[in-house]
Amino acid sequence: MQAYPRWKLWLILIVLVVSAMGTLPNMTTPPSWWPSAVSQPLNLGLDLKGGIHLVLDVDVDKAVERNVEEDTDTVRRVLRENKILYRQIDAKGTTLSIKIKNSSDWAAAEKLLKEALTGYTISGQNDSFALTITESEAKEIKKFAVDQSIEVIRNRIDALGTTEPVIVKQGERRILVQIPGYEDSARAKSLIGRTAQLEFKLVDEKGDLDKALAGRIPMGDIIVYGKAEKRGDQMVRQPYLLKKRTELSGSEVSDARVSIDSRYNEYAVTLKFNNKGARKFDKLTEAHVGERFAIILEGVIQSAPVIRERISGGTAQITGSFTSQDARDLAIVLRAGALPAPVEVVEERSIGPSLGQDSVDQGMNSIIYGCIAVLIFMVVYYRLFGLVANVALVFNMLLITGAMSMIGATLTLPGMAGIVLTIGMAVDANVLIFERIREEIRLGKTRLAAIDGGYDKALSTIVDANITTLIAALVLFQFGSGPVKGFAVTLSVGIIASMFTAIMVTRAIVAHTVEKGSNNKELSI
Amino acid sequence: MQLINPDLHVDFLGKRKIAMMLSAAMIILSLGLIIGKGLNFGIDFTGGTLVEVQFKEAPAVAEIRKALKPAGYEQAIIQEFGAPEEILIRVQNQDTSEAAKISTDILDALATGFGAEAVEMRRVEFVGPQVGEELTQAGIMAVLFAMVAILIYVTFRFKLRFAIGADAALLHDVTILVGVFALTGKEFSLPVVAAILTVIGYSLNDTIVVFDRIRENFAFNRKKKNPDNEVDVVNGSINQTLGRTLMTSVTTLLVVAALFLFGGEVIHDFAFALIVGILVGTYSSIYIASPVMLALEGRFGSSDEEMDELEARP
Repeated sequence: MQAYPRWKLWLILIVLVVSAMGTLPNMTTPPSWWPSAVSQPLNLGLDLKGGIHLVLDVDVDKAVERNVEEDTDTVRRVLRENKILYRQIDAKGTTLSIKIKNSSDWAAAEKLLKEALTGYTISGQNDSFALTITESEAKEIKKFAVDQSIEVIRNRIDALGTTEPVIVKQGERRILVQIPGYEDSARAKSLIGRTAQLEFKLVDEKGDLDKALAGRIPMGDIIVYGKAEKRGDQMVRQPYLLKKRTELSGSEVSDARVSIDSRYNEYAVTLKFNNKGARKFDKLTEAHVGERFAIILEGVIQSAPVIRERISGGTAQITGSFTSQDARDLAIVLRAGALPAPVEVVEERSIGPSLGQDSVDQGMNSIIYGCIAVLIFMVVYYRLFGLVANVALVFNMLLITGAMSMIGATLTLPGMAGIVLTIGMAVDANVLIFERIREEIRLGKTRLAAIDGGYDKALSTIVDANITTLIAALVLFQFGSGPVKGFAVTLSVGIIASMFTAIMVTRAIVAHTVEKGSNNKELSI
Repeated sequence: MQLINPDLHVDFLGKRKIAMMLSAAMIILSLGLIIGKGLNFGIDFTGGTLVEVQFKEAPAVAEIRKALKPAGYEQAIIQEFGAPEEILIRVQNQDTSEAAKISTDILDALATGFGAEAVEMRRVEFVGPQVGEELTQAGIMAVLFAMVAILIYVTFRFKLRFAIGADAALLHDVTILVGVFALTGKEFSLPVVAAILTVIGYSLNDTIVVFDRIRENFAFNRKKKNPDNEVDVVNGSINQTLGRTLMTSVTTLLVVAALFLFGGEVIHDFAFALIVGILVGTYSSIYIASPVMLALEGRFGSSDEEMDELEARP
C-alpha cells in the first residue's frame, strides 16, 4: 500500500478544525474575540422555537381596481380644469368609461386624457371613451401592492415588540410572515389581516334614506352600514346614506394614539392628520357645520358625529365602544398605514412554546439513541474497523453541525429526522468498503492489497449510490416547503459529509494504523 | 461477526416468479385499497384547520364536543394525540372567507368551556383550499420529477434497461408504501411525501449497489472462456452484495426505530413511513430491480454492443 498522500491529511485536518470552529458556538458561548462571521449558533426553525407562521395572499386584482377607481378623480379634475363638460365617469374593473356632453370636445378630451393617464389605452367615439389599464401598468401596480403590504405589515408587527420577525415575499403575490416566540395567533392574524382602510365621507342630509333603501339611490350617493348593534333581541346594523366622494382617507393620517373619550369615559383613538389632511379637514368642517360626517373603517361606519364647529387643529377622534386592546390595535394599524389591497391568511402553522421544546428534546433523544445504537452495532460487527467507522461517524456529526452553522441553515424537526437518518446511512459507505475488503480477503489477497482493493472497488458504487439519494434530496428541496425543506438540507449536507468521511477519513486512519502493523497479522474486520 | 455466511448462495432469481407474483398481489391489493378505501389525507392536501391542545387533566371527548358546540364546531374530528391530555381537533374548511379564524374560534370555545388556564395551545395548522391544491400538485410533481431524474441518471451511468429496472422497483415501493397508509388509515400528510422521496432515494441506493456489482461481474464474465448465463451472474451479484444490503438496512432501521420510538408524535407517521419503506425497498432491490432488468435483456439494442458500452464507463 502506498503511503497516504500528505495533502489529504492536511485537507482532513483543515476540515476538522473548520467544522469544530463551526460547531463551537452551539456548545458554549464563544469568547469575545471569536469571529462571529465564521459561525453563529444554528438557527432553530419555528417548529422548534415556537411561534407564528403565516402565509398571506394579497388580492392584487383589488389593488388594480382600486387604482382605476382613484383615477376617476384625475379624470374629473382634468376635464373640469379644461372646461370640458361630462355626463358620466365610471370605473369598472380595469376600465374607466367616460361620457362627455359635447362630442365636439372629443378630440381635445382625448388629448388631455392621453396626457394625464399614461398607463391606459384609450378607445372611443362620438361622446364616449373607454380607458383600459395596460398589462405592464397593472403588473407594476400589483408588484407595488405586495411590496407596500410587506412594509405596512412590518410596521404593524414591529409594534408587537417581538424579536426578529421574518416578513418576506413568496412568489408573485404571497407574503410569508414568521414571528418567533409569539403565541397569540388570533391577535397577530387580526392585526395583520386588517386592511385598515379609513375613510371620511359626508352624510347626505337631504337624501331620503328610505327611498334609497328601496333601491332609488340619489346620484353620487351610496349606502353604508354601521356596526352590528343589539336592539331588543335582534342584531341590527344602522344604514346611512352617504356622499360617494371620500373627503379624507387614512393616507392623510400622520399619527394615531389611544385616548379616553371624555364624554362617555370610553377608549377611543385620536387621529392626527398631516398638513394636507389638516387643511382639508379644516375646510370640510367649516363648509358643513351642522351636517354629519361618517368615519368608515374597513367599510363599516364607526361613528357619524355632527360637525358642531370648524375644527382646525387637525385632529379627530374615533369612538365605538372599544376595549383597551381594540383601541390599541386600531391605533397600531392606523399608524402603520392601510394595506393597498385586502390580504387573506391562506396558510398557518403556529407552534406553542411547549411543543417546540418537546420537539427539541425528542429530536435530540432520537439522535442520541440512534447514534448509540449504530456505534455499538458497528463495533460488534466490524470490531477494529467498526471503531474506525465510528470515529468517522462522530466526525460526520461534527461536520454536519459545523456546515449547517456556517451556511446559516435552519434546523427544523424534520431536519433533525434528516440527521438521524444520515447517521444510519452514513455508515453505509463504510459498510460497502468493509464488505468489499472482507471479500478481497476471502479471495486470498494480502491485507494491504485487500484494503486497497476494497476502497478502490467500492468508490464508484459509493458515488453512484449517494448521487441518486442526493437527487431525491434536491427534488425535495425544490418542491418542499418550510420544515420539509429543512429535512432536505440536512439530508443533503449529511450525504456529502458522509462521502467525505467514509472515503477520506476512514482511509487515512486505516492507512495509518495498518502501516504500523506487520503484514501477517489478521485484519480485525 | 457476520450476518451472512459468505459461502451462502441463495437462488434468489430462481424464486423470482414467486416473488413477482407476491409483488403483483401486493401492488394490486395496494391499488385496491388506495382506490377502494382511499387515503386519509391530512389537511396539507384537503385544506382545513388542525388545533392541538394540551389539557391540564385528560378530558372526555364528549366534554370537548360540548364546549365546541356554541362555536358551531360540534362536528369536528376530535382525537387523542400520543397522550390522553393531548387532543387534536380537526375541522374542514368552510365556505366562508374567514376560514383562517376557525382556530381562534376553537381555542376561544375551549377556553370558555374548560377555563383559560386548563387549556394550552400546542399547535395550529391552517391550510386554505388553494394552498391544499398547490401542495398536492407539488407533492405529485416531486415524486414524478425524482423518478424521471433518477431514470436519466441511471441511464447515463448504466443502461436504459437498468434504469427501467430501478424505476420499476421504485414504483413498486411507492405503491406498496401508499397502500400501507391506505390500509392502516394513518394520516397522509406532507412529511409522509417527504418520507416517500427519502424511500425513493434509499431504495435506489440499494438497487445501485447491486447493479454496480452486476455491471462489474458482467464485464468479468465476458472475459471468461465459458461465460455463465446472465441469470447466474446476476444471482451471484445479489449474493455478493447481500451482506452489505442487509447491514445497511439494519443500521438505517436502527436509527429510524429510534426516531419512531423517541421522536415524538409529530413525526411518528413520518418515521413509520420510513420503516415500511426501508423494508419494502430492501426487498425490491433484490427481487424487483434485477429481475425486471433481466427481463428486458436485448430489448434495447443488442447485448454485445451494450456490454462494450457498459464496460467503457467508469
